[in-house]
Amino acid sequence: MTNSISDFDKADLLFVIGSNTTECHPIIGRFIRQAVKFKETKLIVADPRNIELARVADIHLRHKPGTDVALINAMMNVIIKENLQDQEFIDKRTEGYDELVKTVNNYDTERATEITGVPQDEINAAARLFAEADSAIVTYSMGITQHITGTDNVKSLANIVMLTGNIGREGTGLSPLRGQNNVQGACDMGALPNVYPGYQNVDNSEIQKKFESAWGCKLSAKPGLTTTMMTDAMHEGRIKAMFVVGENPLMSEPHLNHARKAMERLAFLVVQDIFPTETSLMADVILPAAVFAEKDGTYTNTERRIQKLRKAIDPPAEAKSDWEIINMLAERLGHTFGFKSTAEIMDEIASLTPSYGGISHNRLDTGGLQWPCPNRDHPGTPFLHKDLFTRGKGKFHAVEYKSPAESTSEEFPLILTTGRMLEHWHTGSMSRRSDVLDALQPNGMIDIHPDDALKLGITDGDIVAVSSARGRIKTRAHITDKASPGVAYMAFHWSEAPANILTNPALDPFAKIPEYKVSAVKAELLVMDKERQDNQ
Amino acid sequence: MIKTDDASAEEVSTTITLTIDGREIETRDGATVLEAALASGIIIPTLCHDPDLRPYGACRLCVVEIEGMRGLVPSCTTLAREGMIIQTNTANVKKSRRITMELIVANHPADCLTCAKNQDCRLQHFASYLGVDQEHCDRLRKSTQVLPVDRRHPAFDFDPNKCILCAKCVRACHEVTCAAVIDLSYRGYDAKISTFGDKSWIEANCRSCGDCVDRCPTGALAPKNEMKGDRSVKTVCPYCGVGCSLYLGIRDNQIVNIKGDKKSPVNKGGLCVKGRFGFDFVKHPERLTRPLIRKKDVGRDVKIDRSNYRDFFREATWEEALELVADNLAACKEKEGPDSIGVLSSAKFTNEENYVVQKFARAVIGTNNIDHCARL
Repeated sequence: MTNSISDFDKADLLFVIGSNTTECHPIIGRFIRQAVKFKETKLIVADPRNIELARVADIHLRHKPGTDVALINAMMNVIIKENLQDQEFIDKRTEGYDELVKTVNNYDTERATEITGVPQDEINAAARLFAEADSAIVTYSMGITQHITGTDNVKSLANIVMLTGNIGREGTGLSPLRGQNNVQGACDMGALPNVYPGYQNVDNSEIQKKFESAWGCKLSAKPGLTTTMMTDAMHEGRIKAMFVVGENPLMSEPHLNHARKAMERLAFLVVQDIFPTETSLMADVILPAAVFAEKDGTYTNTERRIQKLRKAIDPPAEAKSDWEIINMLAERLGHTFGFKSTAEIMDEIASLTPSYGGISHNRLDTGGLQWPCPNRDHPGTPFLHKDLFTRGKGKFHAVEYKSPAESTSEEFPLILTTGRMLEHWHTGSMSRRSDVLDALQPNGMIDIHPDDALKLGITDGDIVAVSSARGRIKTRAHITDKASPGVAYMAFHWSEAPANILTNPALDPFAKIPEYKVSAVKAELLVMDKERQDNQ
Repeated sequence: MIKTDDASAEEVSTTITLTIDGREIETRDGATVLEAALASGIIIPTLCHDPDLRPYGACRLCVVEIEGMRGLVPSCTTLAREGMIIQTNTANVKKSRRITMELIVANHPADCLTCAKNQDCRLQHFASYLGVDQEHCDRLRKSTQVLPVDRRHPAFDFDPNKCILCAKCVRACHEVTCAAVIDLSYRGYDAKISTFGDKSWIEANCRSCGDCVDRCPTGALAPKNEMKGDRSVKTVCPYCGVGCSLYLGIRDNQIVNIKGDKKSPVNKGGLCVKGRFGFDFVKHPERLTRPLIRKKDVGRDVKIDRSNYRDFFREATWEEALELVADNLAACKEKEGPDSIGVLSSAKFTNEENYVVQKFARAVIGTNNIDHCARL
């Protein structure tokens, strides 16, 4: 996030797009609802589904999955046409505005309605409401990023934020809500194939030298493979061995059948985890790890706040903290890290990572610190881009709409989007083992709109076979107007019916993120599906 | 967080002076008399006041006498004014409070010893603070009406017999979580807290955040699976990216209760269903406790699941497991080159662990094939 969680009740308007905030980030969802209810903050929600926030929104734009660029371009078209842009901000702090205007000119509301399915007057109203707000925040999550145009979608949101001058001030900004508890930190720490900690490029020779001298070894300047590319590399035999720590890709990867086949080809697989998961049970060696309550360290949350977690209990039997295990393994491979505590590791992080330069465990005892925090006296940074963007001037990236990788066909007439639900978490290895959470939501389901259900002859609670070009699962049908006509939805927590058997592994060319949010599927009653298979 | 309607006055930070029990006290303009008193260490009993919620005036325990105002005034709904002279401890105040408490207690079940809130109950605390006469209570007791207890929610029970109608739960559900699932329903003696249509909480649109349970001053809303801890440890929730700060209550090396951190700039005490009720996975019997090695000749395509995996893996010492891993990784690196090895780190790991894992991939293996599930 460029801003802080506390900014949500300082904005005049919140624009939530591609985020089911009340289920996936419940406490932020609560702050948004408080702002709307008590501070008269305006709320625009853009989401194909009739999510909880949409019900309290001033405007709900129910666009078709994967049409975000067209929607945002049309909103900017209206803003520019009606001269509602923040010209002073554009002149002073940005560049590339003329190209933006040229591109956006091609997206009048008529064309946008055709692409997105959102009525013209709603696009007009949303654009005006957004532009007229003194301070606005754009909040998004995986509904924006998990598309083959994920990068373009984010650029579009950056465009509309800059066009209206809604960045670098309190109560404004671009707020991607990070999914996992420490996905922000994992990125900050360089658990990415192209950067060292602090987003320092691996192919920059000066940076390389800095890390080589700090770590006392030669380092590779060749950027590595992303998760999704590793799957293909395993399949093609380019990757022979995998070391997987605390992840369960055989539930979370798209096109699971492909991912499973890829992993089957490995010569050697080690998995370090807390439970026997789909992935760990495929390993040659499973190493038992400690959970959050059994270790010290820090997490960095969605607002870049580094907070301390503290060991409360001992791990069971011989399970160990992940960092201790890696330490031991490194030593066996002839490289002694020599870390005695997580505080020591943080000191090394601070010495090599400019944005974490001022972080040390003993500064984090109260509320934590928000990076960038370059030195020991720095109080942290609640919002970014105050006077300057990282690159100096903010650049408008004019982007054209591209349709999703997969569209419906006679065989697969429904679009499937996937996501999380309130009571469960990701691949379910933790939440499905919580008695309370599992009692609240014991079964997976597919949300289908009543219109589609009528056409398909499905009633609520029926067991249906759902298939895509990649695989087939069976689950329970949940008939609800939360789904849009033609757009079904599944959460991906259930190993009994893994939604990711169905999802499309097509990638965004830059971010290499799969298009989980648009897969063409078919849903039919299980008996019909069986009958057809019998007759084949 | 929502406070009084005049919360904006806080920013101007004008202060006013008033006198409580003969003491001159400074407070911010816009504070209530109760807030002014509590802030300066003067105890006024109350069951319905909550700094996160709007003043409500339900329990009537906080009455005081204010010069120039008629009768006894509830201090929680009265704004402090410059020059006010307030008495919190007069004979009238004491008598009124005692009778009010006796009225509340008269119909309250007296099963304190077996109640989940025993010793953690505001009603118990102030009943003993004010002194309640058993005989008075017997005389005040109406015919006892026993209402059914709703035990269907997996995380908490609702016993309307223990409810004192302070409406903290209702206000939290409307003002803090904005879910508005519960409300006061029926009238007079029949008044109670209920969901729409008086259904069980589990059937209502309740999101199970437990904010109401956390605020309930009696045993009416009581967590099912909590116990008192010996100590509490402040840490961060391991589920989503909001990063809610919380306290784990610990006893016998187990998490026995969870409380939101009210001072946290992130969550201001709030938690969702996962953060409040979803940590029992920690002690799940399926936790991996020793290194496991796949038995010889068990192919990677063999169908193994949670129920049968012990047949296909054997326990090993750390020594043996680490040696096997190190040997295989070293052999692969030597034969196929470092880029034939891939490392997946985790968004569930701490920063320190992610740092160590990427350092391991880069410095020890020699590859940049390191990623985690940010895209998934």
